[in-house]
Amino acid sequence: MEEQIKVLRQQMEEALAAVSSKDELAAFWQAYLGKNGSIAALMKGLGKVDKEQRPVMGKVINQFKAEAEEKYQAMREKMEAAELEAANRSEQVDITMPATRVSAGALHPLTLVKNQIVDVFAGMGFEIFEGPEIEDDDHNFTRLNVAKNHPARDMQDTFYVAEDIVLRTHTSGAQIRVMDAQQPPIKILAPGRVFRSDSDATHSPMFHQMEGLVVDKNITLCDLQGMLDKFVQAMFGEGIRTRLRPSYFPFTEPSVEVDVSCFECGGKGCGLCKGTGWIEVLGGGIVHHKVLENCGIDPNVYSGFAFGIGIERITMLKYGINNIGLLFENDLRFLKQFQE
Amino acid sequence: MKVPFSWLKQYVDIDITAQELEEKLFGCGFEVEELIDLGGGIDKVVVGVVTEATPLEGTHLFVCKVDCGEYGKDIQILTGAPNVYAGMHTPAALDGSTLPGGVKIKARPMRGIPSNGMLCSGEELGLNDDLFPGAEVYGLMDLPKDTVPGTPIQDVVGLNDYIFDISITANRPDCQSVLGMAREVAAVLDKPLKMPATDYTPSGFVDESLDITVEAPDLCPRYLGHYVRNITPSQSPAWMRRHLALCGLRSISNVVDITNYVMLEIGQPMHAFDMDTLESHRIIVRRAAEGEKIVTLDEKEFTLSNQNLVICDGHKPVALAGVMGGLNSEIKDTTTQLLFEAAKFARDSVRKTARGLGQNTDSSSHFEKGICEYTTELGMARALHLIEELGCGEITSTSFDVSAGAPRTGKQFAASVSGINAILGIDVPTEEVLRILKALCFEVELAADGDTMNVVAPRWREDIEIGEPDLAEEVIREYGYEHIVPTFLKKATVTTGGWNAVQKNHIKTKRTMCTQGYTEASTMAFYSDAELDALHIAADAPERNVIRILNPISSNLTIMRPLIVPSLLNVVVENLKRGNAAGRLFELANIYIPKQIPVTELPEERLHLGFAAFGKDEDFFKMKGAVEVLGEAFGLHFDVERAADVAWLHPGIAAYVLCDGERIGMFGKLANDVTAELKLPKDSRANQVIFLGEIDYVKMMAHVKGSFRYQPISEHPAVQRDLALVVDEAMTCGEIVAVMKKACKQLDSVELFDIYRSEQLGKDKKSMAFRLNFVPADKALEPADVDKFVKKVLNNLKFNLGIEMR
Repeated sequence: MEEQIKVLRQQMEEALAAVSSKDELAAFWQAYLGKNGSIAALMKGLGKVDKEQRPVMGKVINQFKAEAEEKYQAMREKMEAAELEAANRSEQVDITMPATRVSAGALHPLTLVKNQIVDVFAGMGFEIFEGPEIEDDDHNFTRLNVAKNHPARDMQDTFYVAEDIVLRTHTSGAQIRVMDAQQPPIKILAPGRVFRSDSDATHSPMFHQMEGLVVDKNITLCDLQGMLDKFVQAMFGEGIRTRLRPSYFPFTEPSVEVDVSCFECGGKGCGLCKGTGWIEVLGGGIVHHKVLENCGIDPNVYSGFAFGIGIERITMLKYGINNIGLLFENDLRFLKQFQE
Repeated sequence: MKVPFSWLKQYVDIDITAQELEEKLFGCGFEVEELIDLGGGIDKVVVGVVTEATPLEGTHLFVCKVDCGEYGKDIQILTGAPNVYAGMHTPAALDGSTLPGGVKIKARPMRGIPSNGMLCSGEELGLNDDLFPGAEVYGLMDLPKDTVPGTPIQDVVGLNDYIFDISITANRPDCQSVLGMAREVAAVLDKPLKMPATDYTPSGFVDESLDITVEAPDLCPRYLGHYVRNITPSQSPAWMRRHLALCGLRSISNVVDITNYVMLEIGQPMHAFDMDTLESHRIIVRRAAEGEKIVTLDEKEFTLSNQNLVICDGHKPVALAGVMGGLNSEIKDTTTQLLFEAAKFARDSVRKTARGLGQNTDSSSHFEKGICEYTTELGMARALHLIEELGCGEITSTSFDVSAGAPRTGKQFAASVSGINAILGIDVPTEEVLRILKALCFEVELAADGDTMNVVAPRWREDIEIGEPDLAEEVIREYGYEHIVPTFLKKATVTTGGWNAVQKNHIKTKRTMCTQGYTEASTMAFYSDAELDALHIAADAPERNVIRILNPISSNLTIMRPLIVPSLLNVVVENLKRGNAAGRLFELANIYIPKQIPVTELPEERLHLGFAAFGKDEDFFKMKGAVEVLGEAFGLHFDVERAADVAWLHPGIAAYVLCDGERIGMFGKLANDVTAELKLPKDSRANQVIFLGEIDYVKMMAHVKGSFRYQPISEHPAVQRDLALVVDEAMTCGEIVAVMKKACKQLDSVELFDIYRSEQLGKDKKSMAFRLNFVPADKALEPADVDKFVKKVLNNLKFNLGIEMR
């Protein structure tokens, strides 16, 4: 019997060496390790062996079986590894080919900047108020201390849709609407479209402003500058300073023009700031007593400041856009550059 | 406004440079838009003394030897000017010099003889007789003999001067003059102001026949008239001509120059009437009669209305009040007696007349900005003083002062130093507050408490209205804004802030559109009827009920938009023209709906969401998907309904969007006939695939549920079954799905996953394959349950639509 095993081992090893596919491997299993395979047959033949010899032979056969199984497993693993490798190789892609993608759209740069500005002031406790774009004379002018024959009406070329109804020339009318509806403390921000009859490289007949209004007790010019410092630092970077200089708006007294130190050159003077080191960004001032009175707020008890930010101006400065027209042409090559 | 530096110096001892003064003015609220260096364009042009001038034979030229001081004692320069002579002092432009307008002078030979520069005429230096007497002489300028060779020419001919072009804010009409700016300069430099002389002595002659009446005191609150006779017209003195010239005015004759001079110096527009032309020796200030005519000095005829204020003699208008005099009463060389007018005309009236007639003048500009009566009085006195100083007429004792009765004192009010400092937020010392206010000509009396003040504003400061805030501004602009110390609302109440829920939804809508590949556009809120025409919107469609702008800036921006899509279509076309072959755009913006036409109250402003997609890969279902995703973002389910009646949409490829059965918008392919008319390159037109849509955002958001609660999910797995049905071509997917869903409440969703047509199926037939998704309610579904459900579905299809399973 030992001789028989020896022959069978030789046969098995040769058969395994000849296996070249999974099917052949399965056939090999059937032939040697299956229920009716050669090794099972050997086991059956054990009955004919001498009683004394039987345990020894049984052990030898089991050893042989274990050996065959081990070899079979090794072969199987080898084949699977080869198969996997072949599959991997055939499925390989050229990873440098262009990506397939769902291209997201982009928010308009004016929206991005509007949201950024709101984020800054929202953190300081400002609510957002949006007034009507078509406004009456009363809210747009008269109650803002711009009387009928006031020269300030000449400063703004106004679009009219009726004798006393205009396309709002600024977001300042929101001051009136808010103060009519609410007693101090008031902290609001009023963004929106505004309209003026003006069109060139720096003017568009429609543009966007953001009005800010704070009314409370003991509000001073120092508070206005302090708040605007925080704003410009959030928009243009740490270390940016503001500079106030006298100006005139009918609805504030004192009125100021606010410049920021040039964020391009740090104040040394460059093309952006036209060599002055400062860039004009917004206007503001202490809310005019008459405006408070016009809204039923006692100027002897309360005071406030207001400011108006040109969103286009900030957007152009922030992104280096030199022609306002680009913001309204809506060329997709331009718009898609602006990602949040 | 233009203010010459040299003129300012007559009223204030300015001991700083023009550039330093520019800085100072900027700090106190007067931005110098341009500081014009009068001689700035001239370089290396000096006084030369011609020592020899030898005619060059056979030419008109002279070979000159010129002494240019430090630049050379014996420079050879050729000139063709016939008036050259030995001993002449004349401007010499040296080799490498620059003349106004950037003209470069180089040494070069003339007729083979070296010429090392050029001798100059006044014109070549940009001069005229008004700026420098003798500048207009034919040939070379003959400079005074006391000029020193080698001196820069600017110092000799009055070109070492600056003009400040100052931007004056609308609240400061009192600064629209040289004197007005001089007051500010005196204050900011803390120097005394030297007032121009205004004294004169009337002759005592009285003409009783002259009379002035003002019939419209509302439009003319003050009218001063003064009779001057024995006029001797002649040229004005050099100093006056120079000042006029520096401000860009031509000298005409002494009397006319005086009126212009007073306007520039004092800020009071003056007028002079030739007395001999005034019929009945009367002046009447009244509203013009309808249709009344006047020919102004510039020989333009105007037909007037009662909006216009006119100055009339006994019979006819002789001036358009505050705008321009009439040709009929003009001062001429032959004028021997005149009536000076200095008046205050109402701002609004002058503006309406000047704008209405298109006749804007220096005078009307002054009146529109505002003249105060102080200026009117000062102007008249100054004009009469100048008559006397120039000796060009007799100031009679016949004068008129017609007043509507405005007080002739400055505004008076109480204020306090602490009140001013409370506005500013800093402590400006009391003595500084007093010093500044006094420097600005306020009368200030400090009370014993050392805080409260009695203040009288200068008469010309009509902008001072309410007291402390005005004074705070005066103080800080002189004290310096750099003293403000930034603080962060140290005494204010803490408040909460941020976007409200509605505003957050706007942002969410925009972001959702972005996720679907749509980019946000920002377009004008106005366009024109042409945009509606382009979309074939019918003349009687509701969208044609639009708000019109009464004074549009251009013919393509005339109506407030009733729809967003026309704007987006323009954007699409513009992108295609620029070679952007594909893209998706949206805009969330207001449309405007009038409550009535003509508009008498504020219209409705309604947010709409417009969207557009273009390019060869776009199709109806991609846009439909985006719309559905938008709805899902807000928990809304949208249905569609065929939209065959929207003028701008393809009747077969367009849908209304329904939310809970309500139409909230529409979208689809741009109608073929609209597409064909787009202004696109011809070859590309046929390939254009454009989809457009617009949703009434307000309607949509009205369906959004206030609060959200989650739906429990089934513990048991869902089961899918596929069904293939052969149906008539005309049958829609929507009809089939609706019938299926009615059959069985466990049928959660149905998805069409395949559709095909073949000859075997037959003409007008299609096969549709659906995947049905059954969700169990309380127990796991057994195959038998699902079979039962499918059977119900099939029965329903057969019964309702006559559809058999394939």
